[in-house]
Amino acid sequence: MTDCWSAAIERKALTAKLSADDLTLIRGERCLFQGLGFALNPGELLLLRGQNGSGKTSLMRAIAGLLSLESGEILWGGEPVLQQRQLFHGSLVWLAHSSGLKADLTLVENLEFERALRPQSVHEPEHVFERLGIERLKGLPVRFLSAGQQRRVAFARMLLADVPLWLLDEPFTNLDQDGRELVIELTEEHLASGGLCVMSAHQDVDIAATIKTVSL
Amino acid sequence: MSDNEAQQPAILAGLIAVIRRDLLLSWKRPGDVLNPLFFFAMVCTLFPLAVGPGATQLMFIGPGVLWVAALLATLLSLNSLFVSDFEDGSLEQLLVSPQPLPVLVLGKTIAHWLCSGVPLVLVSPLLAATYRMPTGVIGVMMLTLTLGTVCLSLLGSIGAALTVGLNRGTALLSLLILPLAMPVLLLGANTVSLAADNEMYSTGIWALGAYAVAALSLSPYATAAALRISNE
Repeated sequence: MTDCWSAAIERKALTAKLSADDLTLIRGERCLFQGLGFALNPGELLLLRGQNGSGKTSLMRAIAGLLSLESGEILWGGEPVLQQRQLFHGSLVWLAHSSGLKADLTLVENLEFERALRPQSVHEPEHVFERLGIERLKGLPVRFLSAGQQRRVAFARMLLADVPLWLLDEPFTNLDQDGRELVIELTEEHLASGGLCVMSAHQDVDIAATIKTVSL
Repeated sequence: MSDNEAQQPAILAGLIAVIRRDLLLSWKRPGDVLNPLFFFAMVCTLFPLAVGPGATQLMFIGPGVLWVAALLATLLSLNSLFVSDFEDGSLEQLLVSPQPLPVLVLGKTIAHWLCSGVPLVLVSPLLAATYRMPTGVIGVMMLTLTLGTVCLSLLGSIGAALTVGLNRGTALLSLLILPLAMPVLLLGANTVSLAADNEMYSTGIWALGAYAVAALSLSPYATAAALRISNE
């Protein structure tokens, strides 16, 4: 198992860089943030801190290219992401609030779909299930799983692909202590292998890596 | 260039994956497919009962009734095209997937047509028989319905994408789609009527085919743009 993961680490691109300058986002009548900027290098974690409703998810969606900004640009490798949307989306995985899983399909069917969409999927679903401790659930439709188990499956979907940028929106929601530790461990591995991670959280996160914080 | 070549098979794989997933979902939830079909069958069987069994009357209204019922049944099924994906977050995941969005959207539309258009076409001969339609005319009707449902699925996907974030978007969706669907209805129903009167009808079929090709080439892009807007 370890062989598989260390091989993946070597394949990971080390040249990626995510940066932004002077971002302004207005939703409705409210200005969520103004003049916000950051620069994230390989191996670094960007932590988005803020209260509920402060715009963490909106910033995450803006980084993913789903929200248009009032001003400013998100840059990936120095180029605006909107001009290279497909390439950028091929370099990221996004753990959103909602699981993005089909409740009527089994875990395996859900992940097979995800694998077909991503040409750079390198890991076998079996390995990922083993890593996340959800092997015995793989034949069940997702609707039968608890919220925490669904969260683990959502993580499994992320781990299939070997991409440099992880966007994690409140990754610890619904997870038990083991799950939390697993997420921290996976994130540390990802960062250690030269990956980038943007994480929003309202608790303190104990991750051994260079952490840059954006307070909203 | 080599990058592009490497992407080619993956794009086709993405299209097939979306079609497969949506067909599998329909298989597991047959109600979504059967409801519009029952609606279609019910409307078409109720008309002869209400109008009376006179052969000339039935032959006169048959094409129009079948076509209106098919149009309404398709509108009924269109509402669910993106809603379940929107609710469970898989639509957002499609929006950030490395595949081109128009291709994925086309896959969803093809799956929708296979689950709504094809069953309509397949049961239509049975219903046409209650309107005493001759066999040759039934063939023409199936052909026009095949082309027509392709048009309606493709046009409808644009409306479904625009209304996906709205609560109770069904009425709005119908309003948006009806003007675009009107030519399909007119061409389809009139072609079948002409065939029943033993007149030249091939023009209508060519026109429907042209409409289907135009919709096929334009609607995936419009739908993809609409999805990006309604997901902001």
